[in-house]
Amino acid sequence: MSVARAYGAIAIAALLLALLPVMVQSNTVINALVTAMIIALAAQGWNLLAGYGGQFSFGHAAFFGAGAYGNAILQTRYGINAYAAMLTATAIGAAVGAVIGYLSFRSGLRGSYFALITLAFAEVFRIIANATPFTGGAAGTLIKLQVSAANFQFASRAIYFWIILAIVTAVMFLMRGIERSRFGAYLVAVRENEDAAAALGVDTLDVKLKAIMLSAAMTALAGAFYVQYFLFVDSSIAFGTWISVEALLGPIIGGLGTVFGPLLGALALHFLGELAKAVAGRVLGIDLALFGILLVLIIAFARDGLQGLLTRLARLWRARRPA
Amino acid sequence: MTAPLLRVSNASKRFGGLLAVDNASLIVKAGGITGLIGPNGAGKTTLFSLISGFEPPTSGSIVFDEAEISGLSPHRRASLGIARTFQIVQPFAGLSVRENIAVGAYLHCRRRDEALDRAAVIAERVGLASRLDAPAAGLTVSARKRLELARALATRPRLLLLDEVLAGLNPSEVRDIIPVIKAFVADGITILMVEHVMQAVMSLCDHVYVLAEGRMIAEGTPAEVTREPKVIEAYLGPGAAARIASGAASHG
Repeated sequence: MSVARAYGAIAIAALLLALLPVMVQSNTVINALVTAMIIALAAQGWNLLAGYGGQFSFGHAAFFGAGAYGNAILQTRYGINAYAAMLTATAIGAAVGAVIGYLSFRSGLRGSYFALITLAFAEVFRIIANATPFTGGAAGTLIKLQVSAANFQFASRAIYFWIILAIVTAVMFLMRGIERSRFGAYLVAVRENEDAAAALGVDTLDVKLKAIMLSAAMTALAGAFYVQYFLFVDSSIAFGTWISVEALLGPIIGGLGTVFGPLLGALALHFLGELAKAVAGRVLGIDLALFGILLVLIIAFARDGLQGLLTRLARLWRARRPA
Repeated sequence: MTAPLLRVSNASKRFGGLLAVDNASLIVKAGGITGLIGPNGAGKTTLFSLISGFEPPTSGSIVFDEAEISGLSPHRRASLGIARTFQIVQPFAGLSVRENIAVGAYLHCRRRDEALDRAAVIAERVGLASRLDAPAAGLTVSARKRLELARALATRPRLLLLDEVLAGLNPSEVRDIIPVIKAFVADGITILMVEHVMQAVMSLCDHVYVLAEGRMIAEGTPAEVTREPKVIEAYLGPGAAARIASGAASHG
């Protein structure tokens, strides 16, 4: 793949998405888009560690929550500016990633053991956040509404959308760069076979630690943005399993270990979820049931996700056309 | 006399109640091919793991290029110039042949295009040039063995540990791959190989060590060790050497 093609596709996708708020002015739609993009960002983080690195986390909520609470508490308790708070919260997320990564990778945890330990961390964090006054306890923490660009608060939802879109696009460029770097090659080698990678001079612990820190930073930034958008956080939003699940469903449905997978998956899931709610009306949890069915279908018929499915359809279509 | 490239002194490895390697010593001189043979379960692969760093020795020392390495992790040893292949081939199944080899090449070059170019050159040398962009998962056994060689070679090793690269190949495939291994030696790479294909050991190795039940029982040229009674008994059972000798005498 040429450099132009590798990065061009991301730029084109970003430009097309950027036009959406111009064409659709409905607040509900833009609101759904912002949420989908927050999930896409968290999912990019999960995809780096699991899709590329093969370390399947079931507790990315730990990082999302670290970013969310980090941002909220820094602003409300310490009066730190929103921009600085979001950046610091991202760094806190990376630090939490480093600690969890060091503890689990150092002791050689892999596969389902790693998944369980991350889930355990997220749950412990949730219980602690729910019980300590410092985090606002069960009532949660509310950021004061003061609409001003200096506070990273905007009257128009479209602006939030463009900002989160820009962040997701930047992360996708970064992921493409990683794919084409030595670090990316080492990460995939660790996923495929750790012993063989070590024999070829790959410091597998170092690679996994870098991956989990970067992954956690991305997901923490998603959490920080979530709080900035809704101006509220509590323990079940920040550390709830919902975000761990959404962060992994997106890439699996969109295409594991691909740059576009998390974005495609997150958008498809939210579009379908909204559709299901619109059609089935008030049947509680109908969107979740639909996600389940979709997941089964994808795993059964399109192991490489929507991205793989689209590539195959495109190839088929080209082959059908007379030359 | 120059110092040997690798010196294993009194190395032992214990797994619970099993002493897999028992006070084994060996020396690999720079240049040429040293063989390590022995019956199944003798501890050859364990000894390889001690040398490449995948298992820490229970006791003993491993000196590479005059430096003690027994405390180093596998990737540190790889960057010092020790590469290994695995008895059970371990390709990165989801990657192409070229990407597989590039992982090894990245050890000494940071840039992607450089690593990919180097991978193509190495694929050519082991006879995988035509399969460069094929997925590693779809390769034949013989091609996978070549891929193991190529990846190890890409790390620019000074000492290459080959763990039964010829096992599972048919005689014509063995014949095809032997010149590839000889070419490595011509390039100045020292090889220590575990091998069961005796025809290859006889034609390739300058010096052979024989391991049985974890202990080093003989060493010498291939011709010497195959005449050694202890070696014959290790393979064929106690008393076999005497029976063969008396059989030869009565028929003679």
